[in-house]
Amino acid sequence: MELDAVTSNVLKEIDTNGFKQEGAYNLRYNGQALCHGDSEHIKIRRKEDKPGVDVYISGEAKGEQVHIPVVISKSGMNDVVYNDFYIEEGADVVIVAGCGIHNSGCNETRHDGIHAFHVGKNAKVVYEEKHYGEGEGTGENVLNPVTQIYLGEGSSFTLDTAQIRGVDSTERRTDVDMGPGSRLMVMEKLMTHDKQSAVSNMEVRMNGDGSSAQIVSRSVAKGTSRQTFHPNAVGNALCKAHIQCDSIIMDEAQVCSIPEIDARHIDAQIIHEAAIGRINTEQLLKLRSFGMTEEEAEAVIIDNFLK
Amino acid sequence: MRAMSEVGTKTCICYSSAQDFAEVHRKIRRTKMLDVRNLTYEVFENGEKVTIVKDINFTVEDGEMLVITGPNGGGKSTVAKLLMGVLAATGGEILLDGRDITGMSVDERAKAGIGYAFQQPPVFKGMTIRRLLNLAAGVVLPEHVCCDLLSSVGMCAAEYLDREVDATLSGGERKRVEIATVLAKSHKVCIFDEPEAGIDLWSFSVLVDEFEKIHREKKETLLLISHQERIIRMADRILVIRDGAVEKCGNAEEMLPTLFGENRECTCINRKGGSGYGIGCGNK
Repeated sequence: MELDAVTSNVLKEIDTNGFKQEGAYNLRYNGQALCHGDSEHIKIRRKEDKPGVDVYISGEAKGEQVHIPVVISKSGMNDVVYNDFYIEEGADVVIVAGCGIHNSGCNETRHDGIHAFHVGKNAKVVYEEKHYGEGEGTGENVLNPVTQIYLGEGSSFTLDTAQIRGVDSTERRTDVDMGPGSRLMVMEKLMTHDKQSAVSNMEVRMNGDGSSAQIVSRSVAKGTSRQTFHPNAVGNALCKAHIQCDSIIMDEAQVCSIPEIDARHIDAQIIHEAAIGRINTEQLLKLRSFGMTEEEAEAVIIDNFLK
Repeated sequence: MRAMSEVGTKTCICYSSAQDFAEVHRKIRRTKMLDVRNLTYEVFENGEKVTIVKDINFTVEDGEMLVITGPNGGGKSTVAKLLMGVLAATGGEILLDGRDITGMSVDERAKAGIGYAFQQPPVFKGMTIRRLLNLAAGVVLPEHVCCDLLSSVGMCAAEYLDREVDATLSGGERKRVEIATVLAKSHKVCIFDEPEAGIDLWSFSVLVDEFEKIHREKKETLLLISHQERIIRMADRILVIRDGAVEKCGNAEEMLPTLFGENRECTCINRKGGSGYGIGCGNK
């Protein structure tokens, strides 16, 4: 079906792989499923009891993608959606989600995506989620995602989230339960500006022997924005985890990083590194020695940091 | 053979080959690419004025290689930073190709034609060497150009181009990348602040060859700060800075014997009353 210009533009921002009405996809628009499709190995079914879909990914799916973007252009909308993903043993998929709000009104527009991933034995999942807001209205854009991940034995999950601009308020909650030999990679990128606020709480429970987690968070806070990070790695077995939070603070912003590592097993090895600082003046000077103005050099450093 | 003599403003030149002709005329065309006049840098420490660099004067001709040397803490790097605008001079003038750049910022000086390799280049988490070279060049460089740039500093592009300029690179590797960023674009004057520091012997040799090549082809005007004899011996002219002032300055031929001596003796052993067992020692 034909998509309007606003929707197409928002999709470009939140689905950098390129959203196409091909294969397995589901586009949620202003609280309704606008269009959807299945592939041979991936089936998407609408939930009967509440808004949202169940996505069934067969073990035969190898290198396939599923796109389930959400676009809201109606100011004042409060959209809650529950999406469950059932990924069978041995599947290898990329799931592209993300939410974009185009708010041209004066009312708060909100989307809460509650996603649960049930990942089978030895399955490999890459989950990409971009959050974005735009529009000439004064209404706030609010996104409060909840992500629950259950990792089966030997499975791997890459969680790649990014919020670069336009989201006034976000409170993210991520919970991960890890089985034996499973691997988790988290890359969280965030930029806040003006009066925005962002909170990210994460708890990773390494329950199975040989499980490992790497969590990288990079953020830039500008204007009078506020950010709080609270990742917690719990080691219940022989496991390894490395959490690294780096933030660039600018203007009158505030960044709070709360490290929590919780070892409950003699063979749990958990490291947390956190650093907050202003833009590195040596990097600025180096780029200016290439002929860039201070503003240009700053933009390159931020872009590079969040890449 | 050619002969050149000057009487007043008249220059009389005799030459015997086309190559000689080109060489002589290139020298005549030489202009002052960098003209530093009474360069001074003072700071206030605990309410007292401290002079770090005082009244420094020198010029670098087009295509020339000037090496600044001298003891540690003498003010060499401060002079380099004043030339690039990393520090703001408190007195004096800097002219680049006849244009006063004293009041310009770092980026304006870069645009005016100064290239600068920092003594301690910064770490860039997330920045690939390829991207840094592109930013340095101001354009997206073709693969083969990136390859040539890295080769010229003794690095293999296949291994390094997509590596990040982060703490996983050794100090010497970062230093070589730093030099490559300056070579990525042509400049009127290139300033290298102790390019040899932290670089292994093999890479140093490649680097010296590169400087020799640039110098031989007169592609760029070079200003190097160095303690390294091989680099100092490449210079057209040598400037010695000590205690924030010019101690001496002159052509390499006249300066080299005063710096290194032609009949070197191992004076440390003499002083200690040693037996002269040191290799290469000429002490008696």
